[in-house]
Amino acid sequence: MTLFQDEVEATPTRGTTYLPVLDDDAPPAQPRTSLGRPSPEESILAWGTWAAALGLAWLVTQRLLPLAGVPWFVVVFFVCGLLMSAVTGAMHGGLIEVRDRVAGSMVTGGAVLVGAALVSTIGYIFYRGWEPLLHANFFLEDMSGVGPSDPFTEGGVLHAIVGTIVQLSIAVAITLPLGIGTAVFMTEVGGKFAKVVRTVVEAMTALPSIVAGLFIYSVFIVALGYPRSGLAAGLALGVMMLPIIARASDVVLRVVPGGLREASLALGASRWKTVWHVVLPTARPGLATALILGIARGAGETSPVLLTSGAAAFVVANPTDGVMNSLPLFIYTNVRSGQGTAEDRAFAAAAVLLILVLALFVVARLLARPRGGKPSLRARLFARRPPEVRS
Amino acid sequence: MTTLPVHDDRGNLAVTPRKISRKATGADAVFEWSSRAIGASVLVITGGVGLFLGWQGYPTIKRYGFSFFTEEQWLPDEDRIGIAGVLAGTFSVAFVAMVIAFPLALLTALYISEYAPAGAKSFLVSMVDLMAAVPSIVYGIWGYFLIMPYAAELARWLESNAGWLPFLQVRGADPDAAYWDASRYYSSAFCAGIAVSMMVMPMACAVMRQVFSQTPPGEKEAALALGATRWGMIRSVVLPFGRGGIIGGTMLALGRALGETIAVALILSVAFEVKWNLLETGSSTISSLIANRFGEASASQLSALLAAGFVLFLITLLVNTAAAVIVNRSRSGAGTDA
Repeated sequence: MTLFQDEVEATPTRGTTYLPVLDDDAPPAQPRTSLGRPSPEESILAWGTWAAALGLAWLVTQRLLPLAGVPWFVVVFFVCGLLMSAVTGAMHGGLIEVRDRVAGSMVTGGAVLVGAALVSTIGYIFYRGWEPLLHANFFLEDMSGVGPSDPFTEGGVLHAIVGTIVQLSIAVAITLPLGIGTAVFMTEVGGKFAKVVRTVVEAMTALPSIVAGLFIYSVFIVALGYPRSGLAAGLALGVMMLPIIARASDVVLRVVPGGLREASLALGASRWKTVWHVVLPTARPGLATALILGIARGAGETSPVLLTSGAAAFVVANPTDGVMNSLPLFIYTNVRSGQGTAEDRAFAAAAVLLILVLALFVVARLLARPRGGKPSLRARLFARRPPEVRS
Repeated sequence: MTTLPVHDDRGNLAVTPRKISRKATGADAVFEWSSRAIGASVLVITGGVGLFLGWQGYPTIKRYGFSFFTEEQWLPDEDRIGIAGVLAGTFSVAFVAMVIAFPLALLTALYISEYAPAGAKSFLVSMVDLMAAVPSIVYGIWGYFLIMPYAAELARWLESNAGWLPFLQVRGADPDAAYWDASRYYSSAFCAGIAVSMMVMPMACAVMRQVFSQTPPGEKEAALALGATRWGMIRSVVLPFGRGGIIGGTMLALGRALGETIAVALILSVAFEVKWNLLETGSSTISSLIANRFGEASASQLSALLAAGFVLFLITLLVNTAAAVIVNRSRSGAGTDA
């Protein structure tokens, strides 16, 4: 069988191209065997192990031992699965094979448990909170004049949503310029002082959020005598988020390739122009992600808000105008009230908060998506820190 | 056109060499000094918080002396204030959280980096990040409403089967009674620890997975080529390589677990006592103490709360710094370009 035309010349002239022709007598092409894929025997064994475990678990929990209830069934199922993995491993090989199979089952089981926990968290929030979510007034009204046990057709969380947005805006207005400015200072200016700043900022990321709240409470409210307000809550969130955002931006700016800076400086740009036109645009997706993840963290924090904002039942848009509610605080106080409908409202508010955080998270992922072969943000965030470039 | 250097009559260069200076001029100087000012202001703000806490807490520590660290009760009305009870509670909640979170984080990180199908990997990584972004109050109400009954059941089972361990005993409750008193098992450090473990697990998992994914592929392939099974390869290459990341990630999670407030304040019923009975109802942590007591606090009590907060901050700072040192020192994440 030859793939080439029959009239192959003995000494082909330069530039001749021979096209392959179809050989009708050739056997059909064999598909390549995939080396990485498990063989049918292996996959049947893997499924069979867990099918056997299911049967055993039913036998043990329903017929042999007094272990009623779904949790026990799941536990026994998993233990039986481990046992069956060991048995099937022993059928094939020695102790090494047994260990490999049991470890594989353990690892997979652990990951499945974590996934189940995440699904149960999100599912339970929506399961308990779906009813208020169906009423449009839940998003359009506040709780003024609405009792905790009133039906879901009255009242809503508009005041909490507005409060969360106002407080987050204050916190972002503080942390965005200061956080990114500090990161620029630490990476682009450098020097001994920058090292001190970096050490302190990294240390302050350990500050528990409640202590940040207590700081603003004792300074702003007790010592300076201002009332509890959205401004105080925004400041508390800002104090909490500032080290987080400064540190994350610092990590992002550090991995901007030094060659870009040097190229810009070599072309005669001043250092300011280099930062503004080269470093910051290069790091923009990373900076946006760092900021958004910081906001998501701030949106979910309850403890600083609990100490500083107070709780109003009506819409307050002016941050200096007395007490102001927010979503986490609304959830906390309603859960604490112990009333059935109030709890359901809390779950619905938790669903709203979850959706808000999820939306921020998705935006952050989209911004961080690698474009045209650029490494992803994760890779850049956690990449080994390159040696510091000092200009 | 080429400009030739100008010489004077004696053949010396007429122009003096320009002065070379690294000092910024013009817009650069403005940029440098303004960014320095921003850095200084952030230093003042963040450093100020730490200094303020220490300064405000000092009178309390001076007033109560060493008994501030040994007194269990928090009774400002009787002038008995101490953090021994809440400190023990803080550590027992964090202990339970880490006992649950550490194996789960390790297994999940191993699954994502070594076992998961290649197509699902980035999705799973996003899921772990999403878990880290879920607000703590959400885990708090999840633990409070959904998990607590099961946790109480598990606590009773643990006590009746492993009650000879001192920290699994529940005083005043009989696990084998025909009608068991569930309220003795509710609102315990164990229940709070479960909710906190969900918060800190994704954090530890993300660090571990990151370190595992940096394992040099050459070493992994070498192990497989020598006939190691997948688990053999993990045990001999991935785990030793990632040891620093495992320890560091766990300690970062521990730092977060120590400072967690709202889920703990929601679940725990308050009790000031040094107790190691993890399954028994009632305990208190430093952060839940602050959340519960700041409202009615007078100036001196506020100072005491600030002192307690300062101690908490010092502990988390210590844990986080140790974690950073361990991660940076270990082989993980270094020299992995190959």
